[in-house]
Amino acid sequence: MKAKLLICMALVAVCLGIYFLEHPCRPSSPHSAPADRALAPDFSLPELTGQRLSLSTYRGKVVLLDFWATWCDPCREEIPHFMELQSKYRDRGFQIVGVSMDDGPEPVRDFYQRFKMNYPVVMGNAKIGELYGGVLGLPIAFLIGRDGRIYGKHIGATDITVFEEEIISLLQKGKIA
Amino acid sequence: MKMNRIFKSGGILLTLGLAPFVLISAASAFRASAIPLPRLINPDELVKILHSKGEEPLMIQVGSHVLYSQAHIPGSEYIGPATTEGGLQQLRQRVGSLPRSKFIVIYCGCCPWSHCPNVKPADDALRALGFTNVKVLYIANNFGADWVDKGYPVAKGD
Repeated sequence: MKAKLLICMALVAVCLGIYFLEHPCRPSSPHSAPADRALAPDFSLPELTGQRLSLSTYRGKVVLLDFWATWCDPCREEIPHFMELQSKYRDRGFQIVGVSMDDGPEPVRDFYQRFKMNYPVVMGNAKIGELYGGVLGLPIAFLIGRDGRIYGKHIGATDITVFEEEIISLLQKGKIA
Repeated sequence: MKMNRIFKSGGILLTLGLAPFVLISAASAFRASAIPLPRLINPDELVKILHSKGEEPLMIQVGSHVLYSQAHIPGSEYIGPATTEGGLQQLRQRVGSLPRSKFIVIYCGCCPWSHCPNVKPADDALRALGFTNVKVLYIANNFGADWVDKGYPVAKGD
């Protein structure tokens, strides 16, 4: 009887452990509300190479715009998953653009090279933050459809399966229902 | 014998189940959640202090300048991410000549509280310098949700 109880407790502990690893505690935020389908504001910002990148270049593709910083733990944790998504869906018209909110490009360059990031990163500023409604917490990711409209906004570390479902939906239907 | 095996496998499962919590606890020791409650101040408490005629604290933002430029507490100063050595040096320089009893409030709001990498090192640095009246602003989600959206006073720019 005691043994069964112990096994049950152990199983519950395993399940809880897995659950909390997969779903780290993070409070919900009013910013997490569904997107309003507004046009994603265009911008032209310097990439780490010095060349300028314009969002409008990617019109016709599904874009994940990720505001992040090298010193932000949840941001860093998302990046390997984003790289997988970029590789997996690139040929179907998917593109990730990282917007670093670091104060300077040096740590970003180091990070980019060390982790062999496979999508472009531009250096953000207060202006782009304001264009996107205020980037006053990290990470924040926007999902932009082929029509250039915003279909999703995620604040805080978000389960990668959520992104993937929305990306697939946007790639297939052109928009999230 | 059978009972032993059952207890052993139960023990292994229990260990596996607890491992994530142990790892999370170890990682969070360097984050804001490791700061003891008495050292925290809530946004509404700080707003009351700012509206009162008492001693106004020195308020220092220890996060990113890009975030500070978009919105910060009026009167607060930007120092730099305290997760970097450069940021900590700036912080030490800023407070070096101040009396150790000076009321100081540090804040960041870059990330959810349990993930903020900046306030804990800043708090540690100030205490190591001997400051006795330091409070850390508790920002549960981020500065946007817990300060700006609440309608508390905000300033923009450098």
